[in-house]
Amino acid sequence: MKTFLILGAGTGGTMVANKMIEILDMEEWRVVIVDRDETHYYQPGFLFIPFGTYSPADVVKPKRNFLPPQVDVIFSDIELIEPEKNRVTLGKAKKKISYDYLVIATGSHIHPEETPGLDDEAAWMKNVFPYYTLDGATKLGNFLKFWKGGRMVLNITEMPIKCPVAPLEFLFLADWFFHERGIRDKVDISFATPLSGAFTKPRASSILGGMLDDKNINLIPEYNIMEVDHGKQVIRSYDETEIGYDVLVTIPTNMGAEVIGNSGMGDELNFVPTNKHTLQTDKWKNVWIIGDAGNVPASKAGSVAHFMLDILIENIHRDMEGLEPLPDFDGHANCYIESGFEKGVLIDFNYDVEPLPGKYPLPGFGPFSLLKESYANHWGKMMFRWMYWNILLKGGEMPFESQMSMAGKWK
Amino acid sequence: MTALDNITLNEDGFMTVPAEWTEELAAALAEKEGITLTDAHWTVINFCRESAADSGAAPTLREITKGAGVTTKDLFKLFPKGPAKKVAKISGLGKPEGCV
Repeated sequence: MKTFLILGAGTGGTMVANKMIEILDMEEWRVVIVDRDETHYYQPGFLFIPFGTYSPADVVKPKRNFLPPQVDVIFSDIELIEPEKNRVTLGKAKKKISYDYLVIATGSHIHPEETPGLDDEAAWMKNVFPYYTLDGATKLGNFLKFWKGGRMVLNITEMPIKCPVAPLEFLFLADWFFHERGIRDKVDISFATPLSGAFTKPRASSILGGMLDDKNINLIPEYNIMEVDHGKQVIRSYDETEIGYDVLVTIPTNMGAEVIGNSGMGDELNFVPTNKHTLQTDKWKNVWIIGDAGNVPASKAGSVAHFMLDILIENIHRDMEGLEPLPDFDGHANCYIESGFEKGVLIDFNYDVEPLPGKYPLPGFGPFSLLKESYANHWGKMMFRWMYWNILLKGGEMPFESQMSMAGKWK
Repeated sequence: MTALDNITLNEDGFMTVPAEWTEELAAALAEKEGITLTDAHWTVINFCRESAADSGAAPTLREITKGAGVTTKDLFKLFPKGPAKKVAKISGLGKPEGCV
């Protein structure tokens, strides 16, 4: 028997497992997937928890529900990957698994300990919260429910981060939430970001920056946090600029899994160097990447993992047949940006084409509007949770093409 | 007439033809950013050029601090605001791919 091993059963790993059992001859292959956590988190839903739109129960389901019975599922930590020996050691009973093909889908995670003072016990989860974990989002929700107002600062520690639009969505929703609670006039909202504007790409940055302005949210660009001084309730940058806060919402440094670092497979942030067009790792021919575990310069988001999927599967299949992988992944990302008051913005872009205005997915018709606020975009985002659980994770057909299309976009 | 008149920069201010880069040009590009180059700047610039020649891409902030042996704080003093971007500009390299 040959072994097809997948590390990580999040969005990417789960989709790969579902696809591989369709492709591989199960008389010849066994498909094994390893993850330390039995719970699958719908991470796009974390954003809504601080504002009470979703409860924690809305974003969790057992991982097993989404993995086909033919797949061998192991819940364990992963201790070491030895790509030269085609072998992985698990934490559980030090079990060793030898593989013929390996897909790394171990994702990215927040590391507040990278910033001095950020996770000090005196302030962490008291008036300093992350919302990129279910625990952080839930505790922030409890805090905001009773907050009387003051200075709210949202800070991105450093790039790259998972879902680069999520900070903007948080700000727009916060503005809406405080309006609904009738205390918007008592809240100052600031956004301190290391980027030179609201977003990474010029046209979207200017339109989204304009929306921040309209909502009276103060944008502080090129802000690189050095430390948190929770005694004084300020964040301090490398050039000694201080910003005072009453509640600090942080997006800490994002890093790949520790096992990547411990195995000597990653860059400075434990992301695995990967060919950005084929999704094969730079160093190991039988080791492949899906989602945000690699260093490809695309958004670290579930939609990107979805657009990677078909290309990854085809390339692995080609490799099994002795053919060269195709350089077909174009960095396609597609993000609904909640903008509050039951509206949303949609952006669609890739490595070479920045987000542009237009209609999506059907040119001229939509129903979604690109780079423009609409009610339909919000409705699309809300419907997406159902599609995620019922279609996307199981590798089903979604009504979006893997590669980005210029049809329906206006230059 | 300055050294900068003879080269092309893209809309973000990065050089488009890496072969045009010279040390004199680096000084002129730095001046445009309000920076006067010292030995400490050159240690970082040299590291970034070597790193880019190796990997084909401008190094990220963390690659620079690790590789050039400079603390993040000092790097921000040398190249204020966005050091990775500024060094890449002055070193005649493309925009670092860290931000998406």
